[in-house]
Amino acid sequence: MNYYTMKNNERINLLDIPTIDFNALTAQLAASNLRPVSFFGSDWGENIKLYVILADDENKKLLVTSSLINKNIKEYDSITKENHQYHMFEREFYEQFGIKPLGHPWLKPVRKNQDNYEFFEMQGDETHQVAVGPIHAGVIEPGHFRFMCQGEKIYNLEIMLGYQHRGVEDLMLKKHSNQLAESICGDSVIAYNMAYSQIMEELSGTQITPKAKLIRRIALEMERIAIHIGDLGAILGDIAYLMGKEVYGVTRTLVINTMLEISGSRFGRGLITTGGVNFDIDDNLSKKIVDILNNVKNTVEKMTHAALKSSTVMSRLEKTGTVSLETATELNLVGMIGRSCGINLDSRFDFLDDFYKDLKRKPFKATNDAYSRFKIRYKEIIESISFVKKFLKVLEKHKQENLCVSTKDLIPNSFAISIVEGWRGEIVHVATTDETGKLSRYKIKDPSFNNWYGLSMAVRNNGISDFPLCNKGFDLSYCGFDL
Amino acid sequence: MFDTLKMKLHQKKQYIPDIKNAPMRTQFRGLPVLNNSICDKCGKCKDVCPTGALNINPLSIDLSKCTFCGACKNICKNNAINFSSYYKLGTDKKEKLIVTQEITQEEYNKRAIEVRKEIYSVFNRSIKFRQVSAGGCNGCEMELNAAGNANFDMGRFGIDFVASPRHADGIVITGPITKNMAYALEDCYKSTPKPKIVILCGACALSGGVFQESSELNREFLNKYKVDLYIPGCPTHPLTFINAVLDFIRKK
Ligand code: SF4
Ligand code: SF4
Repeated sequence: MNYYTMKNNERINLLDIPTIDFNALTAQLAASNLRPVSFFGSDWGENIKLYVILADDENKKLLVTSSLINKNIKEYDSITKENHQYHMFEREFYEQFGIKPLGHPWLKPVRKNQDNYEFFEMQGDETHQVAVGPIHAGVIEPGHFRFMCQGEKIYNLEIMLGYQHRGVEDLMLKKHSNQLAESICGDSVIAYNMAYSQIMEELSGTQITPKAKLIRRIALEMERIAIHIGDLGAILGDIAYLMGKEVYGVTRTLVINTMLEISGSRFGRGLITTGGVNFDIDDNLSKKIVDILNNVKNTVEKMTHAALKSSTVMSRLEKTGTVSLETATELNLVGMIGRSCGINLDSRFDFLDDFYKDLKRKPFKATNDAYSRFKIRYKEIIESISFVKKFLKVLEKHKQENLCVSTKDLIPNSFAISIVEGWRGEIVHVATTDETGKLSRYKIKDPSFNNWYGLSMAVRNNGISDFPLCNKGFDLSYCGFDL
Repeated sequence: MFDTLKMKLHQKKQYIPDIKNAPMRTQFRGLPVLNNSICDKCGKCKDVCPTGALNINPLSIDLSKCTFCGACKNICKNNAINFSSYYKLGTDKKEKLIVTQEITQEEYNKRAIEVRKEIYSVFNRSIKFRQVSAGGCNGCEMELNAAGNANFDMGRFGIDFVASPRHADGIVITGPITKNMAYALEDCYKSTPKPKIVILCGACALSGGVFQESSELNREFLNKYKVDLYIPGCPTHPLTFINAVLDFIRKK
């Protein structure tokens, strides 16, 4: 295949990206075993330009290619027929540009036209449907779940989303800002704002200081620690182990209140800005962070130990909601959920930068079930705590540097990608500029875009009462998906 | 079993005893403190504001739009814009959310939420809400969840979120209200028994926030029905939420 090889956080000239024949491209993608990272259209005068970014995970490279499609073309041969990794990408492309992938096995709406959504149905004695949402029982975002059940057993779960659709990609072109980036998915404020800022810095050729990079990474790991701890509590809450729920809950508070001391917001809003960061971490604060994280680590270790010794907890977690490695690979599951199924992808370490390259990780023994999703979080909390401490040490050497540098105008005809490993997994931002240096396309992919289907597979043949437990284990984003 | 009990001892008491006077970290960006007299009207703050919350003639911030991002403070060379850590920001009228140099903390607090007999006589001891996220980014939702955790524990004041609108005394809306959620939101409102309270929570719900220019919103609902409480923030801090509700349902 004809493609251009690029790195993460790199700007290239739009014209360097090869353009290949549409049918040839789709045929090659159907047969390729490279992982799709992004697949999206962009208006191009009379035509539509389709960009495809593939990850060559073995060789740690990103490959980008494109195709020009005349607006008169209304259909093509679906890639998903052969290669299921494209199923969501093709649905999204169809919804945004109206070019139909013929033979797509489930060409359903993604974010629009929920009124015309045709659910899978099952007929027979004792089969019944359970419809949940868009408004759920708890304080969470909206989405619709349709269960096909026989008795208590789930045969299939279909997930219809789009309720949170705010047109973020279009808004980005109208008026982009760090604050808008932070609000795309408010539980991953740091990760999203980091991806956005990095793209803007690449597109404008701005070099930020190592100090700013370090503070961003400290915040990114703190975000992971906080949300993972909250999730451990939420998982235990759903199986009525309330001690765990409350202890993890208050422990999370310690972490986010520390974030507030750094940035003035419990979720780190306002910390990252294009060109660097707005707030410093001085020696006092640094010491305080270390103390609090040590305390957090102690509590999390104790609590996890106590919870996993309890047979009632273990019997609910073990072998519940299993997703096999084969299924996970076929569906292209990513991030923490992918790792809990044995897919060893982590963009922090797959696309190494100066700061992560010296850090060590232990391998994770995946068991693919709810227990695996519990354990991976525990492992990552402990790891991230040690990462933060190491970053704080390195930060001492960069005290004198500036927090923020001024940015320049965006360079015309550019293409840039930024992948950030948020706590859920890889957050992919891609942007292009036109000949005047204005943003012409902004594409966002949340890890939930890959992983929602994994949840459907996890609950198959499980009791419907285990759905909340599986859902919390996945903890996917609605707004990150709906955009 | 014993390990679980040991954890309880290890944890000790976690709740904030006096929620009305709970201390807040000084770094928190709460009520703005504006100094119009030293503002030289350069307009830079207005340019960086992502939501159009700022006006410079005279200097004012509309808390229904403000995301408390601090960008205006960072760019102002004259130090005319500051944020205090005062967190009791909820009001019962949208107009009261506009802060100018004259609006001090006492002034803001004094007029923020009017005591209404028909409210406190009914809801004084307990008020239950159905929460509807209508395009919220999960920031406000996480903070509303946190309001019920062991630290803030709003359940002790009789404030709770319930699973069904049928069991609720009102609804709390977060998010800018997307087209796709407009129907479900109205349905939920109609399913709530009277008398029903409507609370808007967060910059998105109050004004559309950073999404106000989106073509995917449908804010009709707010023209049709009366809103009882406006609670700013991005996201709304749990203390802001709990105190606003307490001021609303109590005699003071
Ligand atoms: S803090 Fe509020 S007024 Fe200031 S720039 Fe941010 S949104 Fe605008
Ligand atoms: S007000 Fe801010 S935190 Fe709340 S939903 Fe809107 S963007 Fe998210």
